[in-house]
Amino acid sequence: MADLLWRPAPRSRLTAASPPRSPKWRLLPSALILGLVAVTVLVVPLFVELNEQYVDLAIANQPPSAAHLFGTDELGRDVLLRCVYALRVSLTVGVVAAVISAIAGTAVGALAGSIGGWFDRIVMRVVDAIASVPHLLLGIVIVAILRPSLSAVIISIALTHWLTAARIVRSEVLSLRTRPFIDAAIVGGASRFQVLTRHLLPNVAPQVLLATTLMVPHAVWHETALSFLGLGLPPHAASIGNMINDAQRSLLIGGWWMSLAPGLLLIITTLAVSGISGVWRDRLNPKRRTELTW
Amino acid sequence: MTRTRTRGTGRSIGLFALRRLAFAVPVLLVVSFALFVLAKASPFDPVERYFGVRIIGASPERVAQLRANWGVDEPVVSQYWAWLRHAVTGDLGDSLSLQQPVSAVIGDRLGWTVLLVSVGFTLALVLGLLLGTLAAWRQGSWLDRSITGSCYALEAAPVFWLGLAVLYVFALQLQWLPGGGVTTGSDPVSVGGVAVHMVLPVAVLAISQAPWFVLFVRQNLLESFTQDHVIGARARGLPDHLVVSGHALRTSLLPFLTLLGARLPELITGALLVETVFSWPGIARATVEAALNVDFALLGALTVMATGVVLLGNLLADVLYALADPRVALDG
Repeated sequence: MADLLWRPAPRSRLTAASPPRSPKWRLLPSALILGLVAVTVLVVPLFVELNEQYVDLAIANQPPSAAHLFGTDELGRDVLLRCVYALRVSLTVGVVAAVISAIAGTAVGALAGSIGGWFDRIVMRVVDAIASVPHLLLGIVIVAILRPSLSAVIISIALTHWLTAARIVRSEVLSLRTRPFIDAAIVGGASRFQVLTRHLLPNVAPQVLLATTLMVPHAVWHETALSFLGLGLPPHAASIGNMINDAQRSLLIGGWWMSLAPGLLLIITTLAVSGISGVWRDRLNPKRRTELTW
Repeated sequence: MTRTRTRGTGRSIGLFALRRLAFAVPVLLVVSFALFVLAKASPFDPVERYFGVRIIGASPERVAQLRANWGVDEPVVSQYWAWLRHAVTGDLGDSLSLQQPVSAVIGDRLGWTVLLVSVGFTLALVLGLLLGTLAAWRQGSWLDRSITGSCYALEAAPVFWLGLAVLYVFALQLQWLPGGGVTTGSDPVSVGGVAVHMVLPVAVLAISQAPWFVLFVRQNLLESFTQDHVIGARARGLPDHLVVSGHALRTSLLPFLTLLGARLPELITGALLVETVFSWPGIARATVEAALNVDFALLGALTVMATGVVLLGNLLADVLYALADPRVALDG
């Protein structure tokens, strides 16, 4: 920039953002980690005759060793084994809740966007209203009403996370509606329902899929937070939040390994999921910033 | 930098704020009514809850009397109206789980939460501005990479896990700082004691909130490096640090104001979890107790309050934005 012919300008870093390194750099490790986690979480419980609830007080509170790689908890349960099951529960909750909220959000957003007018205005105002309640608090209210359980947690996540999908779908539908191919379909005699299902929805599908993927880490986080507060899954169930909650007590007597492993596993998995969806988003929409709002 | 303003600006901002406030009221009404309906739809009966097992021995007259007094069997709308009428005068009902008026429960705890949140938020902002600017300035260096890298990792880490880690290292192993509460043993509450007890929770809250600000500032600075006025300043030969602080940072701070408002819900959520980890005497414990005991009077009041704070924060961010950038049209 502004290099003079007779005297090169000193090198300055005040330049535009350097182009991101090739997507492979993020995609490969993320995919590898996620694949490894998925295989472990899905396959291991099928073949291993081990019980993650197996209590052996004789080996309680043992630090990591060759027999128990991540140590044992206060009831002598193997932390690594419980982590695998916990991740399985957390990811299941995350995926199921994300899919439900994506479907609900798509339905609301598509209706608001395609009907328009006062309906759209009212629906989006309601969405704004719900969005201004902090997610976790609303989730806590819902769990309080339904009492803590697996389905209550899933419902609580789904009811607080559909707003994003609804907003995305609505704005996509609004911009698609002005395109000539929609006019062509209407002129060709397509009913409102046909336009919606045959022309609008297939075109918002990629965005919705991406939003769903991005929702998974957030849903997992939500489940973990609820369980940590004692408002999530039943206490004996292995979930990341429950494990960290249990580990709180052991921490006071020096048992650091009980909370370290579940937390690290959660971070690695979350990073892998957002790494993959980040690459995907850049491909869908190269101008959008990857750094924000994963 | 002085800026000439048209005479109407102050008034139009006032009008804008009023209009936004007028929008916030119906939102609060809708949220509180929805919570009310949810509570009504739940299978929990506050009268049965009040009696507990004693309902077996209680005389039916007394139960019926209480039902009539509390108006439990009236239609939802009239119950909501009664709640609203009292709520406007500051009477939010009684908390069943803590056996205290809700306003007293909140009054006792709110100050602690506000203290934690305000200091934590300020620290997060300062960290965000400093580290974000550093990362953008030294773009591509090891400093930039380690800052952005740790931001991604921190974004993914659950805040309570982070809190436990900090608690273990600094309070249990190194024993530098106290790990919970606001006083040691039975000491009276003192400024110095609270300040020492605040360090860890505030640090954890700030560190967990800072990554968004850091990444945001970095990204916006990098974008503003290509703008004409920044290139112009460099062409005039101004040193890099002046260009960054005087020209680039100034314009990239505008969207930052909106982010402040947008991050408020996350901040409240984060505070809730940090308070739980560090046994901070704020509203978190009351919230969890209320949820476990199906104490809707308390839980509903807390939720409506948090929503009000979020709405107010967004309004404030928008007003600040309008004040900072005269080009913004205040159409609501």
